Amino acid sequence: MADELTLEVNASTWTVTASPETPLLYVLMNDLGLLGPRFGCGLGQCGVCSVLIDGVEMRSCITPTSAVVGKSVTTLEGLPAYYAARMNVTPAPKLHPLQEAMIAEQAPQCGYCYNGQIIKGAELLFQTPEPSEAEIRSAMNGHLCRCGMYPRIMSAIQRAAQAIAANGIASSKETAEIANV
Amino acid sequence: MFERDDAPRMLRRRDFLKTTGVVVASFSIAGKLRAQTQPGGALVAQRGLVSGPPDPNEVDSYIAINADNTATIYSGYVELGQGGPTALLQIAAEELDLDFEQVKTVTVDTFVSTNGLTLASRTAAIGGTETRAAAAEARRLLLELASERLDAPVDDLTVARGVVSAGGDPRRSVTYAELVGDRSFDRKFEQFSYNGGIELPRKNADHAIPKRRDAYRIVGTRVPRPDIAEKVKGTYQFVQHVRLPRMLHGRVVWPRGQGAHGISNPTVVGIDGSSIKDIPGVQIVRRRNLVGVVAEREWDAVRAARQLKVTWAPFAAVLPGHEGLFESFRTAETNDLIDTDTGDVDDALSRGAHVVSSTYRGPYQSHGTMAPNCAVADVTTDAALIMCSSQALYQMRFGLAQLLSLPVEKIRLQYYAGSNTYGNSCYGEVANAAAVMSQEVGRPVRLQLSREDELGWDNYGPALLSDLRAAVDASGKLVALDYQAWVHATAWFETVSQLALGSPPPTGGFGVEAPGPGGAGLFSVHLSQTDMYEVPNRRIVNHRVAGAGYLRTGALRAPMDPSTFFALEGTMDELAYAAKLDPYEFRKRNISHPRWLGALKAATDAAKWTPRVAASELSNARIVAGRGIAVGTHHLPQNQGDRVTYAAAVVDIEVNKETGVVVAKHVYGAMDCGLAINPGIVESQIVGMSVHGTSLALCEEVQFNETNVTSLDWGTYQTLRFGDHPTVTPIVVQQLHEQSSGAGEEVLPAVVAAIGNAFFDATGVRLRQYPLTPSRVLAALGSH
Repeated sequence: MADELTLEVNASTWTVTASPETPLLYVLMNDLGLLGPRFGCGLGQCGVCSVLIDGVEMRSCITPTSAVVGKSVTTLEGLPAYYAARMNVTPAPKLHPLQEAMIAEQAPQCGYCYNGQIIKGAELLFQTPEPSEAEIRSAMNGHLCRCGMYPRIMSAIQRAAQAIAANGIASSKETAEIANV
Repeated sequence: MFERDDAPRMLRRRDFLKTTGVVVASFSIAGKLRAQTQPGGALVAQRGLVSGPPDPNEVDSYIAINADNTATIYSGYVELGQGGPTALLQIAAEELDLDFEQVKTVTVDTFVSTNGLTLASRTAAIGGTETRAAAAEARRLLLELASERLDAPVDDLTVARGVVSAGGDPRRSVTYAELVGDRSFDRKFEQFSYNGGIELPRKNADHAIPKRRDAYRIVGTRVPRPDIAEKVKGTYQFVQHVRLPRMLHGRVVWPRGQGAHGISNPTVVGIDGSSIKDIPGVQIVRRRNLVGVVAEREWDAVRAARQLKVTWAPFAAVLPGHEGLFESFRTAETNDLIDTDTGDVDDALSRGAHVVSSTYRGPYQSHGTMAPNCAVADVTTDAALIMCSSQALYQMRFGLAQLLSLPVEKIRLQYYAGSNTYGNSCYGEVANAAAVMSQEVGRPVRLQLSREDELGWDNYGPALLSDLRAAVDASGKLVALDYQAWVHATAWFETVSQLALGSPPPTGGFGVEAPGPGGAGLFSVHLSQTDMYEVPNRRIVNHRVAGAGYLRTGALRAPMDPSTFFALEGTMDELAYAAKLDPYEFRKRNISHPRWLGALKAATDAAKWTPRVAASELSNARIVAGRGIAVGTHHLPQNQGDRVTYAAAVVDIEVNKETGVVVAKHVYGAMDCGLAINPGIVESQIVGMSVHGTSLALCEEVQFNETNVTSLDWGTYQTLRFGDHPTVTPIVVQQLHEQSSGAGEEVLPAVVAAIGNAFFDATGVRLRQYPLTPSRVLAALGSH
């Protein structure tokens, strides 16, 4: 049976009518109209549906909507603002440093998995601001990329870590210009 | 720049099917038209009113100059995630003397775009040639108009950013927009034409000469792909995001994992509608054996599809299973087609100083798209709009016309990207099924396949059994090569047609058909996959098995080349070892073509190749290292003469002899694809192919038993994970004055083969079946 569920997504409050076991992904995609979290397997195996729930990366395709009531959901759309708030960066950047780095590295090919790659990479950078290669490999291991762009995602995470360490935001002028295309 | 609909998540229906203009709002006439004082043709007719393709010999079909002095390119080549459309925009901007930011393209649409086939490495090679010819012709006409306007000879004109100046005098200038902005070129020209991908000579000598390549400013540079920023920001609209008013969410219901093609055709025995009566508002949709469910809410469709009890006629237990697959080929009735037979192979084999004879096996592998395919269809009584991720939009209309009983010109397809496909995954199946379901329910239907649908009903990359015999003389020169290949006929794009029509599929197979059990077909072993090696006595025979009784197969990135090169390059390595030669030295002795040698040199230079005989530094350690080398390319009819792509790879691996785990540590991938329009995009392709090739070599294999496919998720269909990826060094061998050829497929077979060779170097054991899974590795090491 459908219930009214009140959710906090990207720092806004939403009320949706959905059966409580509905996976959060379908609510985010179809009721809130978000483009970030997306369907990949529905099994929690690939990571393209990832969101942050109270700052922790979760697979929205297997997370019942009722389970996030009272918690804070952040999707790719809300990531820059969440980053700014959590890292106390003002003014809030348009993009998370990892997004800037993904563009600078020209990392994506099809781009479908990048929602999860960025969400997971951002979680890693919150937890471990200067991750080693081994830490990156370990953290990212549950996120598939079938275009095979793992090496560039690795480079982007390392680039973002450097940018965060430098200033909290990517400082490269070139990067900022590309981001505005 | 790519422009997409400005209301991406909720496309307005706007009566698409009757009178609509261009859906993608980048081409607008109203309010922008200026008074025209110079000839520039009639007002451009609004695109999107009738079905294309437009006349390929009209400049207007490809290019429009807009009032803001930008150009729109109506390319038919779609963005598969590999950057092809960016390369075409670079070519157009280059020839038109516009900046890259002044050219844009629109979503490919069969009521708008030219007819492009985004497959078989055609975008840069063929699409690039077409775009260059059209843009050069447009520039020629623009200069003729400017010459009249400025009263100056064409030879005195210069162009920068779409502004034409006479004699270098900025006061005597005119913009492209002032010459033809928003008006048609009305210029006929002779476009290149192709037969089976092979370029035909143009008959008319009067056509515009493209720009001198040494004057290029944009082509050959690393322009960032415009779609990447959108994809990273999360604003890019994939087909999975398309929504229409009144749309229902759909799922298909079919058996879990396909059975034997042509024998185990899914047949409904009964549907128990009461099994989903607890899910309100779900509708069962059925046309013959095509069964689906639709619902207002997607989750209701998902659980109804899982819960609906459909009784299917049992699949016959006739599949050979993935372990018995290869030997079943040997006992099958075959068409034995001789591809090549030069010299006297048997005699040369009998006299070789070193002779090797080996059997290699390459599995069925899945496209394994990151996202299961999705399509949105709106079919009314007299027309159809289908938004999907097809590589061949115009071609798909014919099968849809048969399915929907509608005239071809009433079927409109628009491209929206899905995830990676690298060949015909289920994008055709989902589009066909969405269209049938929409027609059945009289409302727009968004059909999303599940992970299990996509992995279970894919058109898999074909499996290949290879028997090779080869010989060298005492100096290590090849004297004989005998390649006996076994492969079964392909069958693709037909499951949904078969289900819905209840009859044999309208089309099957691929390539030239021939009588006999296995037909002929593109997916065979061809001379062009071996002719980098100079061998006086060469024989290639394809033993073609009928497709019935096997799995559905189709084109998967460099179709069959990974298995062909795994076998060929494994055999070359075996010969090098037998002749006590360094494997790179062996190749240099037997390859003379400078571009093949150039690719090999680029890869070995990057890897700092140290000459030694393979497996000459074996270690007793638990983890041992090895290095392998291989060449690779992709066979296509057009890939001959100056259209070959030359690839080579060196791969460093580690083998854990206790666990059997193989890890690729570093891939050096080099590619000469002629003129690389955008070396940055080509490097990205090399990185992707290196990782994809590693995944094919180490992980991927379709699992099936006697009745059906059983690898239906990412646990059972294994793929390379982040933690195991190699470092990749991509090397582009730029050839400014050569034809552009394919750049998205050719390194893949080289990487697969080089990993096989690296395994031998590390262990002294030759594994002739891939993927090199831990169980296969342990079995191979244990038997030695």
